[in-house]
Amino acid sequence: MSKIIPSAAKLFAANTVSKSVSPAVSTNKKYSTKSEATFQIKPFKLHKLESGPATSATLTAEDALKLYERLAILRRIETASGNLYKEKIIRGFCHLYSGQEAVAVGMRAAMRDVDSVITAYRCHGWTYLMGVSVLGVLSELTGRRTGCSRGKGGSMHLYSKNFYGGNGIVGAQVPLGAGVAFAHKYRGDGGVCFALYGDGAANQGQLFEAYNMAALWDLPCVFVCENNGYGMGTSVDRASASTDYYSRGDYVPGIWVDGMDVLATREATKFAIDYCTKGKGPLVMEMETYRYSGHSMSDPGTSYRTRDEVQEVRQTRDPITSFKDKILTNNLATQEQLKEIDAKVRTEVDEATKQAKSEPEIGVEELSADIYYNCVEENIRGILPNAPMKHLEVVARK
Amino acid sequence: MALKSPVVFGVLSRLSRRSFSSSKALFSKPVTVRDALNQAIEEEMERDERVFVMGEEVAQYDGAYKVTRGLWKKYGDKRVIDTPITEMGFAGIAVGAAFAGLRPICEFMTFNFSMQAIDHIINSAAKTFYMSAGAVPVPIVFRGPNGAASGVAAQHSQCFGAWFAHCPGLKVVMPYSSEDAKGLLKAAIRDPDPVVCLENEMLYGVPFPMSDEAQSNEFVLPFGKAKVEREGKHITVVCAGRATDTALIAANELAGKGIECEVINLRSLRPLDFDTIARSVAKTHHIVTVEQGWPSCGIGAEICARLMESSTFFELDAPVWRVTGADVPMPYATTLEALALPRPPDVLAAVTGVLGARIDQASAQ
Ligand SMILES: Cc1ncc(C[n+]2csc(CCOP(=O)(O)OP(=O)(O)O)c2C)c(N)n1
Ligand SMILES: [Mg+2]
Repeated sequence: MSKIIPSAAKLFAANTVSKSVSPAVSTNKKYSTKSEATFQIKPFKLHKLESGPATSATLTAEDALKLYERLAILRRIETASGNLYKEKIIRGFCHLYSGQEAVAVGMRAAMRDVDSVITAYRCHGWTYLMGVSVLGVLSELTGRRTGCSRGKGGSMHLYSKNFYGGNGIVGAQVPLGAGVAFAHKYRGDGGVCFALYGDGAANQGQLFEAYNMAALWDLPCVFVCENNGYGMGTSVDRASASTDYYSRGDYVPGIWVDGMDVLATREATKFAIDYCTKGKGPLVMEMETYRYSGHSMSDPGTSYRTRDEVQEVRQTRDPITSFKDKILTNNLATQEQLKEIDAKVRTEVDEATKQAKSEPEIGVEELSADIYYNCVEENIRGILPNAPMKHLEVVARK
Repeated sequence: MALKSPVVFGVLSRLSRRSFSSSKALFSKPVTVRDALNQAIEEEMERDERVFVMGEEVAQYDGAYKVTRGLWKKYGDKRVIDTPITEMGFAGIAVGAAFAGLRPICEFMTFNFSMQAIDHIINSAAKTFYMSAGAVPVPIVFRGPNGAASGVAAQHSQCFGAWFAHCPGLKVVMPYSSEDAKGLLKAAIRDPDPVVCLENEMLYGVPFPMSDEAQSNEFVLPFGKAKVEREGKHITVVCAGRATDTALIAANELAGKGIECEVINLRSLRPLDFDTIARSVAKTHHIVTVEQGWPSCGIGAEICARLMESSTFFELDAPVWRVTGADVPMPYATTLEALALPRPPDVLAAVTGVLGARIDQASAQ
């Protein structure tokens, strides 16, 4: 914490909500006994950078609980999604984020309200972190009217303020993110855009086009490669001639980050925001992480890797378990507090799940709603020539 | 990933009593479209050393939709090649290999992702033979699932039939049954020109009877020849790919009401077999087109234009109706999704409407 620039620190502090968090120091045994602790972070690897993010991080008890809660809720949302899929209530594709939570949670903790995010289809957790309720996420997945896209987008297409989805075409979100960064710069609002993509997407040509223009024009864009080891059934070394994703921006500086450590992702993101807001142009961050489930629900995820491999990561590197151990052994939280959070998270997700199943879908008249911001045709053609539909404006026009 | 389709049950229920005009008598065991495609690729790889398969997950994973199952084990890394997720790059590499005389089968995991590579399909593959005045043939096949899948929303559910059929230099096929799939894909692989083979994920798992002839490794189907799936005298129903299923179910129902539809499965979209359509219309004097793609500048629109431009126009007793995908991006929600694609009742309504001759009388259901 000490090393980060004052402005980011201030914003970060402003970002930490203390609503339901109990006093950090208390006589009650139930509460943690220490108000903060300092942790060492697995060294970052740097590409074309003289110095990197702080390698020791101070964590307050308050933040510890908040981070834990977010990690827990993301995991729980995915467990619920997996179950809803098995119950055939979620259809089509459904890509779970379990195992990768520390990337999003740590990044979000460092982000300011002005910053923006765009990612691929593995987006349920990000949507929640960007302000959509658990119900808004889950009922989008079940295709119901309370979904954040009214059920029109489904599991790959969720959006919220400063969150541009939820993209189904591998790699496409990366130049889009550079475009969002372009807008930040154009407006001079001081915001940074985080464009997330997988190790598979990392090979797409359009990334390199985006790197180039972002560097040419000093765009405040952080290209975040979530290296989870596989793109579908293909391991990184079968798809990438260089698996040092943090260095693949060539002339764009990069950082390798332990993506299983929420403090590492948080510190790296603070550094990235500082870097980009100083007008130094884009940055690449590789977050090394792991996905527990198959690529999507229809992939058992066992033909191209062993069960042992998955088990080992779960046991030794799990982002939630390892963080939990850390904060417990450092007395930033007690078992009771974490149990309380677990219970709260369970209730919240369970209730949202129930509602996401019972809500109705939007009315059929919305099939032809919001195709255009300003529709200039009177009718939208249906399946037959004599069954035209009206173009409806459901979302308020400005 | 491969989703079980509710649509196919119509096919299954009719499987036993359907006759196939191009099939010679005896049906052997039913073969799924997936297996028919797999047979086609394997037989052609066996037949011609120059044939190889390239695409995402085609080798070690056996294909995202298992169409290339077993091929990597049999032919190894040299001829069944897993690529990174870089459509523009590997499509370009495949086209380059075709320039140099190889016979690539370039698989797109789905045709939605072919949009990343469309420059190579159109500008590199389709035009080079012409631009080089015949010096550089481009014998390549682009194939993969196309059209609406189930519950995957707008970016993953769309038909590119009209897109590719628009472009000179390409041949475009859209198989419906297992015979179609095998015969057309084999023809595509042997063809000296670039061919786009638009398959359908929802049909992959559907078994169709296959004649002994179609089971043979010399079975190929000609491009630009439609198949009359069902003969009828009252109205012509033109369709391709999965829309054929919709049309046949509707035709079955209409037969119960005394209306005999002549169902024409186009098989190729480019070249388009207008002769078969014209011959049929000369008999029925009524026509309806059925497609899953969007209406604007679609396959149905093209058929209408050809009717207008030909003397077949004078055979028509009523305006043509197109049954198309609704003119909207595909929604995810189940009820909306169902309303975005033609279903048998829509074909029924169109047939009734056209035979009723007055466009405003028919009721859309
Ligand atoms: C352009 C494109 N090609 C192929 C696909 C199919 N596809 C979806 S996800 C995926 C794997 C992506 O892997 P990676 O980028 O590592 O992300 P991860 O799924 O591991 O999060 C593929 C091949 C697609 N959606 N878009
Ligand atoms: Mg990956």
